[in-house]
Amino acid sequence: MRHHLVLRVVAKLLIPFILVFALYVQFHGDYGPGGGFQAGVIFAAGFILYGLIFGLDQVKKVAPPVLIEILIAAGLLLYAAVGVAGILLGSTYLDYDVLRQDPVAGQHLGILLIEFGVGTTVAAVMITIFYNFAGRGREDR
Amino acid sequence: MIADHLPALQVVIPLLAAPLCVLLRWPGPAWALATAASWATFGVAVLLLIAVLEQGVLSYHLGGWEPPWGIEYRIDLANAFVLLIVAAISAVVLPFARRSVAVEIPEDKAYLFYCMYLLCLTGLLGIAATGDAFNVFVFLEISSLSSYVLISLGKDRRALTAAFQYLIMGTIGATFYLIGVGLLYAMTGTLNMVDLAQRIPAVADTRTVQAAFAFLVIGIGVKAAAFPLHLWLPNAYCYAPSVVTAFLAATATKVSIYVALRILFTVFGPAFSFETLEIDIVTVPFALIAMLLASTVAIFQTNVKRLLAYSSVAQIGYMVLGISLGTVTGVTAGIVHLFNHAMIKGGLFLALGCVFLTLGSVQLRDMAGLARRMPWTMAAFVIGGLSLIGVPLTTGFISKWVLIQATLEKGLWYFAVLILASSLLAVVYVWRVVEAAYFRPVPESAAEVSEAPLALLVPTWLLILANVYFGVDTSLTLGVARRAAETLLGAAA
Repeated sequence: MRHHLVLRVVAKLLIPFILVFALYVQFHGDYGPGGGFQAGVIFAAGFILYGLIFGLDQVKKVAPPVLIEILIAAGLLLYAAVGVAGILLGSTYLDYDVLRQDPVAGQHLGILLIEFGVGTTVAAVMITIFYNFAGRGREDR
Repeated sequence: MIADHLPALQVVIPLLAAPLCVLLRWPGPAWALATAASWATFGVAVLLLIAVLEQGVLSYHLGGWEPPWGIEYRIDLANAFVLLIVAAISAVVLPFARRSVAVEIPEDKAYLFYCMYLLCLTGLLGIAATGDAFNVFVFLEISSLSSYVLISLGKDRRALTAAFQYLIMGTIGATFYLIGVGLLYAMTGTLNMVDLAQRIPAVADTRTVQAAFAFLVIGIGVKAAAFPLHLWLPNAYCYAPSVVTAFLAATATKVSIYVALRILFTVFGPAFSFETLEIDIVTVPFALIAMLLASTVAIFQTNVKRLLAYSSVAQIGYMVLGISLGTVTGVTAGIVHLFNHAMIKGGLFLALGCVFLTLGSVQLRDMAGLARRMPWTMAAFVIGGLSLIGVPLTTGFISKWVLIQATLEKGLWYFAVLILASSLLAVVYVWRVVEAAYFRPVPESAAEVSEAPLALLVPTWLLILANVYFGVDTSLTLGVARRAAETLLGAAA
């Protein structure tokens, strides 16, 4: 891809906007269309584009597979932990009302954290799938 | 305080432990965490059963949302019993897993294996705990997706095609289930099972509801490997790692049978399922064919794991037959066989796990003369085999006794004859293994093997002795199963 100057420049220009848009979809998800799943996919798309243009080795330097694997687990753990927080604060599993003094603020905080967990796991899983498909056959050779 | 949260903890403990296994990364700590989580889950299941026996139905509102709007975990005797089966089998299988996984799974993947195992456990427990028809689908997918991965980890390359075959069949099954739930939702506007049961009678005469019934029964039939929808099962059990086979054979199909019970009795009610639509016209012949045909096919297998897999198809036939009778005794027979068959097949597959670990094969010809070299393992297999046949003083006998009682109650004596015939076929296929292991000489080319390590024998014998114990003292199994059957049939009446 070294000779595709246009592609490389355009990708470099686009990737920051893709990532910012992902964060917008993530954190604006409770007011507008969006949420963790969509945001995670968009975020991963930024990394996948980088990988397609600059190569698998480059993107693995930016996002090491070990780190991505930890993020997969961390997202799920965040989700489950918010649920447990509901129990520890004296209500039922996944009850956000008790996370804050005001139930409405509690619901806001709860859904924000849960969706962040979803986003983290989805983005990490998408990147892992890309790594596995793009890396196929490399080790066998 | 904890007591109020038991229904949620039942599912949440393995769910939390699964990602932690990924973070731990080493096989040893991941195994220790998985085992601790599984034992805790078993403790919760025991407490839940005690609580249900004392207080009756437990209802847990997730997120504080009232049913039928929110998701409700609803624990009555039927699912408390199923939760106990799943949690108990997992608690016995995981100590076995450490040595077995070390041999059969690459070391750098072992921690991921434990993560997948815990997710599968989460899914199975979730299916049993929830009182929400759509939530069942979600947990069904969690347990199915993780079991496809677990099966594909088998050493034999054919494990991949087996897992893929199961993936296709399982996805069709799950999709059918989802279509059924969707149709019901379109007609009633609710997903809560108890709420569905109240609203369905008003719209029961519509094609939509009848189609939903068909989709649900067939979808679950695929997951339960009920004949003739069992085609994924023999390969999946045969090529999966030993631990996975033991765990899935003892739990996955049982949980699906439980879902079938819920749909037939709680959601639609016996009157709709058995009188309006007469489901038994379809299920009874298939159950009888399963008992006889699958047992016959099992006789001709040369791979002992595959032999037991076909035997499982036959045993599922017993459960389906019991449920299809639609009487309290029949459903009792079905439910008690869930428990008993989990003990039998769990024990037998663990014994085969011992054989595979030391011998590296479970082919009949490789097992010639094995009893002299692995006396404890093969003794366990023999007792498990006797229980599978249904010899008195074993759990298998209890199941068949109740089932035959149920058929005689309805005056269907020729069914009782067929059950006995199927048991005779079981004698033949169990005998083939016994004959190879005890009466054939050790081939000269055979590799030197000795008895399996104690870490494997103890869990195996625990399940085998449970077969004998629950074959004598039936107050727990039969008592709870009968009361569960009464609840299922009575709740809808």
